[in-house]
Amino acid sequence: METAISETVWTQVGSIDDIPVLGSRVVRTPDGDIALFRTAADEVFALEDACPHKQGPLSQGIVHGRRVTCPLHNWVIELATGEAVAPDEGRTGHVPVRVEGRSVAIALGEAKLSRGGCRKACGHV
Amino acid sequence: MHLSSNNGPAVELNEAELRNAGPARERLVVVGNGMAGMKTVEELLAKAPGRFDITVFGAEPHPNYNRIMLSPVLAGEKTFDQIVLNSREWYDANGITLLTSEPVEGIDREGKTVISQSGRVVPYDRLLIATGSMPFIIPVPGSTLPGVIGFRDLADVDAMLAAAAKGGRAVVIGGGLLGLEAANGLRVKGMDVTVVHLMPTLMERQLDPSAGMLLQRELERRGIEVLTGADTAEIVGDEWVSAVRLKDGRELPADIVVMAVGIRPNMALGKAAGLDCGRGIRVDDQMRTSDPSIYAVGECVEHRGVTWGLVAPLFEMAKVLAHDLAGGEGAAYTGSVTSTKLKVTGVDVFSAGDFSGGEGTEDIVFRDAARGVYKRLVLKDGKLLGAVLYGDTKDGAWYFSLLKDGADVSAERDTMIFGQGFGSADAGDPNAAIAALPDSAEICGCNGVCKGTIVKAITEKGLTSLDEVKAHTKASASCGGCSGTVERLLAVTLGDGFTAAPKVKPMCKCTHHTHDEVRAAIVDRGLKTMAEVFQAMEWTTPDGCASCRPALNYYLLCAWPGEYRDDYQSRFINERAHANIQKDGTYSVVPRMWGGLTNAAELRAIADVVDKFNIPTVKVTGGQRIDLFGVKKEDLPAVWADLNAAGMVSGHAYAKGLRTVKTCVGSEWCRFGTQDSTGLGVKLERMTWGTWTPHKVKLAVSGCPRNCAEATIKDLGVVCIDSGYELHVGGNGGLHVRACDLLVRVATEEEVLEYTGAFMQLYREEARYLERTAPWVERVGLDHIKAALVEDPERRRALNARFLFSQTFSQDDPWAERAAKGVDRHEFNLLAEVG
Repeated sequence: METAISETVWTQVGSIDDIPVLGSRVVRTPDGDIALFRTAADEVFALEDACPHKQGPLSQGIVHGRRVTCPLHNWVIELATGEAVAPDEGRTGHVPVRVEGRSVAIALGEAKLSRGGCRKACGHV
Repeated sequence: MHLSSNNGPAVELNEAELRNAGPARERLVVVGNGMAGMKTVEELLAKAPGRFDITVFGAEPHPNYNRIMLSPVLAGEKTFDQIVLNSREWYDANGITLLTSEPVEGIDREGKTVISQSGRVVPYDRLLIATGSMPFIIPVPGSTLPGVIGFRDLADVDAMLAAAAKGGRAVVIGGGLLGLEAANGLRVKGMDVTVVHLMPTLMERQLDPSAGMLLQRELERRGIEVLTGADTAEIVGDEWVSAVRLKDGRELPADIVVMAVGIRPNMALGKAAGLDCGRGIRVDDQMRTSDPSIYAVGECVEHRGVTWGLVAPLFEMAKVLAHDLAGGEGAAYTGSVTSTKLKVTGVDVFSAGDFSGGEGTEDIVFRDAARGVYKRLVLKDGKLLGAVLYGDTKDGAWYFSLLKDGADVSAERDTMIFGQGFGSADAGDPNAAIAALPDSAEICGCNGVCKGTIVKAITEKGLTSLDEVKAHTKASASCGGCSGTVERLLAVTLGDGFTAAPKVKPMCKCTHHTHDEVRAAIVDRGLKTMAEVFQAMEWTTPDGCASCRPALNYYLLCAWPGEYRDDYQSRFINERAHANIQKDGTYSVVPRMWGGLTNAAELRAIADVVDKFNIPTVKVTGGQRIDLFGVKKEDLPAVWADLNAAGMVSGHAYAKGLRTVKTCVGSEWCRFGTQDSTGLGVKLERMTWGTWTPHKVKLAVSGCPRNCAEATIKDLGVVCIDSGYELHVGGNGGLHVRACDLLVRVATEEEVLEYTGAFMQLYREEARYLERTAPWVERVGLDHIKAALVEDPERRRALNARFLFSQTFSQDDPWAERAAKGVDRHEFNLLAEVG
């Protein structure tokens, strides 16, 4: 894949205070929904809002530590990488997040989304 | 290191001679008589005595004092004299011109002079700006009212002491270090104090939530009210503050308000002089500003993008600058690793480094509930990354030095949580015998598995538990007689990666305690929050997991009705959204139909909602209700609003709670019906709806033994008979079908209601979370339930009374609260739409 060298474009999406602690909010984009999670330690992570298993909305799951448990079938996904916790296998796309002060921005251009690609666990395209 | 200058052989000169060494001495002007500026001067005097002609401007009337000891002054534990660092005599003795109550107003960089407020002009060769920081005042309405005090200097402390002398109420905004120290001081001085903190736990920048909770409990024990998650909207008052109003509408009366939400670098002087400024005055690693003659240290600077508000970094900066000013080379300030301690007498709190966790980090958590001790170490790549200590901070310095040095702590890892003094003497090793066995030794006789096979499987397949060894090698998979040996083999092979299987299954991986132990502890030890449970029951994770949190939330809610506040983020999405999530991420909505009854208006409202929101599927449920499938989450509040308008409320089809009371038509219409089963069903549903239970609960009432409502496969079923009512319990039509057991026969509806309430409460109090009544009844036995409900009328009445009491807090329609009152609005709105 060829990558153009360009500056990261950060898109402001709101304040960290708009995301509940140990909770999540959704940002809608033309490429689909992005779930923003906030941990107890006030870190913010962004994942494609779809579990690698059966595309359950991860934004609706329970956040614990730096993980989220999918509400459909309890797969556990690492917030930092989108990687499913073993023994499950698969990966959800993740999006770089920057928190400055209370303001949260995401880098959609840098997003490693799995949409359109193969999802290891279920074989969907 | 060059301490003195570059000229000739060193000559010993006395101080007076140095001071009077003539006009060749450079003039150093220091703006700011605080800790950073004076530390620089002290270090400079030690390194190059007499090199500079020093003039110090101080805005305050006092000589240099230890600002971080203002809290003990406020609390009456120290006097001002005891915190003075350098007396006026010291300035005199070192030939320093000290100008107090003399704020500097401007810098003339071209003319190299500073101008003070009183018009004094002082020339400099080198200028040091050490103006520190200002308390940040949240710009809410009323923030400039008299009676609103920052916590920064002695004048603020005097203002607080004057207010405290009159008694009354203080509201402290900010639950960080300074705010809590102010709150404690004012409390000690006899004021009623409330701390208002925006974040969910206190001192969240220094402490993890567990330690923050312990701190909150200790402060509350001292009579300080703590409101977390509280956002200040306005400070109320005419000529003096009278109250603080929060965004949620609460109003807290206040005779003074202390604003301690943070500090802002005081860079006004530097900015006005045209120095490069960001969040503070920008300096390089030698503390030089963009003007090579001007330096800055302390809280007023921004170094490598970071500003500092603790004393240790300030002193490190001061040392580097003094070295540089003294003519030394090669010193550089590269940032600091900091530790903090709360200066509240009797509260031992320590934190250092980064404890936010993260990729590749490991937590070692130690909780000793009886001693009120909590310790958490965060490790990464064999090095200590952060430490949080509460209750026992004696090893703080040791951890901090390990942390600062970046020492490899792999060797101490096993025992370091117990502290530096923990004995390393070799105790007898119970696993030594196993370790000494040859690989060919047979461990499992039943399946003929030898040691080498098991060890190989453990290491190659990464097995960590007895069950996994069983699955992969068959060792211990038959009679189990060798399971102890296999566990020791796991211990020997894995070292600290192994934890022996407990006899009873723990609640989840976060704790070694069982559901029953945790439930008992919540009641017996009066644990009232999730964080208290984590602490008391020695949780190994900072905030639990998706399995234990919903369970704890339920146990606390059941134990402390009306008192415990439901933890929203510990609920499964169905209970958060008050609708059932479906496989495609849409929701289904079931309005309540009491006893299965409905009418034309309700049906019309349902039909209208279906049209209006393009709801694709409408289905009658197994519990005689109507289910609307495929509702988009953002439409839920509007759907509910329309159903509410027709008088319908949530059917709780999503709840670990009462779902439905299924009925047949009974004596009103049916030729066989013996009693009014529909009417009784409505009464039961009116009594039990809205309750929270360990798992879903379904009731049914059949009007005759033909049992058209299928009452004998319900959690509680009533079968009406000529002489009264049969009560059946513990049935389940689910995964494992179980028919009910007959509990008792009663004569009146009143008894049915009392038994039902008592049964529900016994189930609520005794069953484990996610255990339905059928497995619960099988586990505890029908006799146990009969003994509580049938043979002990007093206990039955007490259980029923507790049930009815808890119901007084739970029978609000969650749909109405969200549709009309906007509760949890964030749940249904997008954060943003971009692109």
